Amino acid sequence: MSRLESTADLEALRRRLAHERDPNRRYVAVCCGTGCTASGSRDVLAAFKEEIERRGLSGRMEAEGRVDLRRTGCHGFCEQGPLVVVRPEGIFYRRVKVEDVPEIVDALESGGVVERLLYVDPTTGEKVVKEEDVPFYRHQQRLLLANNGRIDPTDIMDYIAVGGYRALSKVLDEMGPEDVIREIKDSGLRGRGGAGFPTGIKWELCRRSEGDFKYVLCNADEGDPGAFMDRSLLEGNPHSVLEGMIIGAYAVGAREGVVYVRNEYPLAVEHMSIAIEQARGLGLLGENILGSEMSFDVRINRGGGAFVCGEETALIASVEGRAGEPRPRPPYPAERGLWGRPTLINNVKTWASVPIIINNGADWFSKIGTKTSKGTMIFSLVGKVKNTGLVEVPMGITLRQLVYDIGGGAPDGEVKAVQTGGPSGGCIPRELMDIPVDYERLAEVGSIMGSGGMIVMDERTCMVDVAKYFVSILEDESCGKCTSCREGLRQMRKILTDITEGRGKEGDIELLEELAEVVADASLCALGGTAPNPVLSTIKYFREEYEAHIREKRCPAGVCRALIRYTILEDVCTGCGLCRRNCPQGAISGEPKKPHKIDQDKCIRCGICLDVCRFGAVKVE
Amino acid sequence: MEMAEVEEILGRYEGEPGDLIPVLQDVQERYHYLPEEVLRYISGRLHVPLSQIYHVATFYNAFSLQPKGKYTISVCMGTACHVRGAPTILESLQRILGIRPGETTPDGMFSLETVHCLGACALGPLVVIGGDYHGRMTPTKLDAVLRRYRKGGG
Repeated sequence: MSRLESTADLEALRRRLAHERDPNRRYVAVCCGTGCTASGSRDVLAAFKEEIERRGLSGRMEAEGRVDLRRTGCHGFCEQGPLVVVRPEGIFYRRVKVEDVPEIVDALESGGVVERLLYVDPTTGEKVVKEEDVPFYRHQQRLLLANNGRIDPTDIMDYIAVGGYRALSKVLDEMGPEDVIREIKDSGLRGRGGAGFPTGIKWELCRRSEGDFKYVLCNADEGDPGAFMDRSLLEGNPHSVLEGMIIGAYAVGAREGVVYVRNEYPLAVEHMSIAIEQARGLGLLGENILGSEMSFDVRINRGGGAFVCGEETALIASVEGRAGEPRPRPPYPAERGLWGRPTLINNVKTWASVPIIINNGADWFSKIGTKTSKGTMIFSLVGKVKNTGLVEVPMGITLRQLVYDIGGGAPDGEVKAVQTGGPSGGCIPRELMDIPVDYERLAEVGSIMGSGGMIVMDERTCMVDVAKYFVSILEDESCGKCTSCREGLRQMRKILTDITEGRGKEGDIELLEELAEVVADASLCALGGTAPNPVLSTIKYFREEYEAHIREKRCPAGVCRALIRYTILEDVCTGCGLCRRNCPQGAISGEPKKPHKIDQDKCIRCGICLDVCRFGAVKVE
Repeated sequence: MEMAEVEEILGRYEGEPGDLIPVLQDVQERYHYLPEEVLRYISGRLHVPLSQIYHVATFYNAFSLQPKGKYTISVCMGTACHVRGAPTILESLQRILGIRPGETTPDGMFSLETVHCLGACALGPLVVIGGDYHGRMTPTKLDAVLRRYRKGGG
């Protein structure tokens, strides 16, 4: 493929692709996102390739009955992976194994459906044939993720065929930089990295900053535990992010761009590298993009695995080859960023939103969502929830809709709380499940939007343990620059550890609250500034759990090891001896076919007996 | 130590101080740790003081100053894995291997480490051994999985 010399060339290419590609031709989309890959989708893909070739169904040539195979990025419903979707019909197969492949191909040839691989709606007990009818997908509004399950992320032609780089053409043909910024401002788009700063204002600031050399950065240092949407976008549709960055560069007048991506995401790095290479090959990056005056190129920088690098000034320090320690703002990166030059830095989802806004207009975009939070947001719905996966919904949807209608509720037991915003966020109790999800409402209840992690917790989740967990992460990841953050978090973790290990005392809760306030007030960056949220929100909504630990030395959820004991229910135990044989401490004794017993002095509460017992005879108290 | 390989790595970049982290990442990938000799060499070639290299090497989780075992075991301690029982998995691994996170077994077989999130939350609790994902882990399954690696190959 040769360079495209103008926007007209790009449109001609698109027309040619449309002509070559019959939209009604069948293709099998195999999800090769990280979740499905871990469940074995690469083998499934290989099996499809072999089977389709063996039967002579392969190829992109015009002919009846031909079948294409497409390796796509994350479809989102990771819980049910490996996922395979037959398009254009949208037949949705889940938990597909290599041995299922011939049967699926049989069905492809006969026009049938493999019933046993269909998803069963747990509420109605009925089989669902089409992807769009699966409850997990039905309640979503997929804009950013729209093409994730449809295109091969390693083939730029797939992206162009579905309208890719059309926004860039529009910008180059019809809009000046100021027009682009106005459009982004009018759309109401806010930074998707967590803080929700209005994107257009950031762009304007950067455009107005003096400097003949500017940078554009993509923050893909997705560090929040339980969040993986940025990775899925980079893996599944890297060109949408790249197109957003090119448009951003045009708007502020930047020459160079950097995608800063976590090293723990090798597939995202690979797909982004391929995307950059292919975009360069077509002249969508490099000198005189699409024959215009604009020149811009992008490179990848792999992160070193430091949570704090998600903070923009720390990220910039890391790109410069230094330890990722934040610095005070102002000056903001838009004024003085990478190598001291004006730098426009946005999150992956923010960048991917840009082409959508340009294509559909600010008016259209701003009609989605709430008064203050526009557009859609991607959440990773994880933890104690039936339908784990990535969901994209309009802002303003309620937590209840997210957790129950899409997530299907908790697999066993009741949902107790939802945690949003990663370690900087808070735990929202089930009583508040009807609040609409937007930046302001989440802040009002003591949490934050964050980058979209949403962890569901049930009755078996201890909220003190959760608070300790987040504080430990932050203590570990604090860069150590500010004393309040470095030492304050350490003290908070110590107090929380004492509480969970039965050494809690009166006054600990108040001391935690006081420390939390100081850490938040006296720390430079958002890591310290928001660090108290998990502690304060759990104290606010689950104070009685703290008190049970402190006063009664009891963990109501049965999690904190020093405060629980495992016992065997005599009337349920069949004496099968499985627990006795598996106990690493030899703490379980008993005659065959007679109830067994746990020696509490030897027991280390590893939970193996609970895990292996087939009769539910092991009890935690 | 032969520096030809390090030269090859340095050759992939422009040779500026800003290239320090990518260079260290490549060295880490090649040797599974950052040998002191190599760091001294890089210091000279990139004109970055050794003290600053040490700062960077100890700041980021991706780097190790100690040699790693044949297989690195990463236990995901992300929130989703945590609420699904990751602490119990970690404890079981510590008990079975007799080492703590950051350490390597005396036979050089396994290094144990914890990571905050690998983004495969649907599979939690998750353990990654030598790059292979082992999802929905239980303390009971661990023994069998580790035995397979000891025998060679996953």
